[in-house]
Amino acid sequence: MPFLEASHLTKRYGEATVVDDVSLSIERGETLGLVGESGSGKSTVARMILGLIEPTSGTVHFDGHPVTTRSRKMRTLRRRFQPVFQDPYAALNPRMRVAEIIAEPLVIHERLSRAEHLCRCTELLHAVGLDDSALARYPHEFSGGQRQRINIARALALRPELLILDEPISALDVSVGAQIVNLLRDLQRDFRLTYLFISHSMPMVRYLANRVAVMQHGRFVESGPCEQICNHPRQDYTRNLLAATPELRTG
Amino acid sequence: MLVVLFVVCAVFAPWVAPYNPDHIHLLDRLAGPSPQHWFGTDELGRDILSRIIYGSRISLEVATSVVTLSLFLGLIFGGIAGFYGGILDTAINMFAMNAFMAMPGILLAIAFVAFLGPGLLNLILALSIGGWVGYARLVRAQVLAAREKEFVEAARALGAGDLRIFLRHILPNIIQPLVVQAAIGMAGAVLAEATLSFLGLGVPPPTPSWGSMLNDARAHLFDAPHTVVFPAIAVMCCVLSFNFLGDALRDYLDPRTRLTVGL
Repeated sequence: MPFLEASHLTKRYGEATVVDDVSLSIERGETLGLVGESGSGKSTVARMILGLIEPTSGTVHFDGHPVTTRSRKMRTLRRRFQPVFQDPYAALNPRMRVAEIIAEPLVIHERLSRAEHLCRCTELLHAVGLDDSALARYPHEFSGGQRQRINIARALALRPELLILDEPISALDVSVGAQIVNLLRDLQRDFRLTYLFISHSMPMVRYLANRVAVMQHGRFVESGPCEQICNHPRQDYTRNLLAATPELRTG
Repeated sequence: MLVVLFVVCAVFAPWVAPYNPDHIHLLDRLAGPSPQHWFGTDELGRDILSRIIYGSRISLEVATSVVTLSLFLGLIFGGIAGFYGGILDTAINMFAMNAFMAMPGILLAIAFVAFLGPGLLNLILALSIGGWVGYARLVRAQVLAAREKEFVEAARALGAGDLRIFLRHILPNIIQPLVVQAAIGMAGAVLAEATLSFLGLGVPPPTPSWGSMLNDARAHLFDAPHTVVFPAIAVMCCVLSFNFLGDALRDYLDPRTRLTVGL
């Protein structure tokens, strides 16, 4: 059984079908890249997998357990997969200090003392390449790249097995984005993480992902191993996507 | 600031006021302003300055309680309507809020007090019943906007409960307009209390209240105008000062205008 399996996901808002019969599966430890232009339904897929919005039809299973928007079991299941959102400015509560932001998952799920929280926060900050001085500060005092590191630290706080990265670098400039991608690759190795990496940048996906799925207008147009899709794209749309993004030398 | 002056008067009334506000001095009725009685005396020879100072107690007490209670009710109903949406939102917003909005608040308050009888508690309840809707609408609109933010989604993905999301993530981010609304609401409440007291539906005599002072003085409008003028000025200044406070808070809390204003 696959680690994460989404089958026949469909989401309609009134007349508009945003996601149309999308099925995907991810094995433990691999990275699935999900590529497509803006408005192709990538983020909606991510939110359905996260159990944040209810699919119109279709199901999501995580390690054999069904993912729903609200239920008692869901609370414990949520510990095991976490999101990193696109906009590092909007994803952090502007009225909370970094220490509170990173400790929040621990406060919700684990009964620990204040000192233990602080200790874990420091560890997490170090893991994403920030230092202790960040703890007492507010999100607006950081740059975009630093905030995305804080987002990642919060996502890692509960030692999840799967990270759903919803365009984690598209709001950052190229060099900062490359640093974050390298960080993500290191973290995947150190924490043995599974990634669903959503992006509209082919080079980044090619660099991180084992397999790639290409989305257009809410449907999968092509999917398969990364090398095959990138080097021998069968669909025109994929070819256009590959051509649209300038080649970036990474690693 | 003027607000500070009123608050100081209210809190330290027994020390600030030159006379006992209820002390009747029949030989000195309706005296004009003089060195002994700065604002003169009323028809029973009571010192008007002292009564105004004590009256600010009632006004501020009522205004604070009304605003607190209205804000509390508004937060609960507006919060539920905005946060959960759907049928709850329709029920609260469409039926409860619109029904209350359709009736003039002061009429509702008059009916309520007339029904239950005058008194401090009834007065506060009556004004809150008319007042909560404004806050509820504001809260609902703000919550609707705030709950779509990504950090709220992130908290939900962490497994945070509804109460936690509301108190920790939404409330701190919508508090600014509420503070401004509350400051301006204080002015409205002071005015409403004076109105009800003027109509004899406020706090029963002999407790000094600006509204009831105006009512008592009505008969002497022409032979002793100072009995009307000074309480009226007190009401006006108090309302004005809370409105100014509201405006200043709005400018101060909005980062775009913060630099240009000195609070």
